[in-house]
Amino acid sequence: MASVQRLVLDVLKPHQPNTLEFARAIAALGEGYQVDIRVLEVDEDTETLQVVIEGNRLDFEGISSAISENGASLHSIDEVSVVGK
Amino acid sequence: MVLKQIKILLKISHSEEIMRRYFVVNGFDGALTMLGLIMGFYVSDRVDLAVVITTCLAAALALGMSGISSAYISEAAERRRTLARLEKAMAASLNESHHARATTWIPWLVALVNGAAPLLIALVIIVPLWLAHSGMELVLGPLPAAMAVALVIIFLLGIFLGRVGGTFWLWSGLQSLTVALVTVGLIYLIS
Repeated sequence: MASVQRLVLDVLKPHQPNTLEFARAIAALGEGYQVDIRVLEVDEDTETLQVVIEGNRLDFEGISSAISENGASLHSIDEVSVVGK
Repeated sequence: MVLKQIKILLKISHSEEIMRRYFVVNGFDGALTMLGLIMGFYVSDRVDLAVVITTCLAAALALGMSGISSAYISEAAERRRTLARLEKAMAASLNESHHARATTWIPWLVALVNGAAPLLIALVIIVPLWLAHSGMELVLGPLPAAMAVALVIIFLLGIFLGRVGGTFWLWSGLQSLTVALVTVGLIYLIS
């Protein structure tokens, strides 16, 4: 089965949890997950993020539910990097 | 796990400060109410100790219930409003998020703190009355001993406030104590 190595996501999230806590929540999903976040835009109640996640076998379902659990919504998957078996 | 969840919900909803404020404000209410009640009994001659205890207990319970219900109603309304505003900004439902869970659970937590603070503090103040009623000899006598406990608690609440606000602890403790002593003085004057 092909494994996801890298994802670039466009995410809208409320100010809380803050970006650091948000990154930690995603990174905690798997060993070796590296999460880089760039804040693209800040509004009164929300902020738009570019979230880059790298790892050996990224669990997209887990990442997606961590995003929703933290009150954020996934707008688009902008880049993917997948390695076949 | 539950504690971790509570921590997350408190952080997301910025409720730690609110709970601390409610604890001090309603705790102060409880202590001052008990002090006033006991002082009232002290200046009225020959009131049976059992009557004093029952009255204080009833007042403590009423303060607790009032604290729980008022905080729950106002916090729940406030949280629902905040969640609706956030959902509008996100243009999405946040039903599965920590934010929705905070909207459900944080009002209960805040209400519990708001109700428990005056109730527990009042119960501590009543302890000397119970001890005297169960036959223990107190150096000061039951009512003055209970008033002394109330004054100490009020002083400690003042110190706590001073530490939170970053002011000199003794000054803020003395400020609270002054309010309590003025209350005692006024009750003595009208008696």
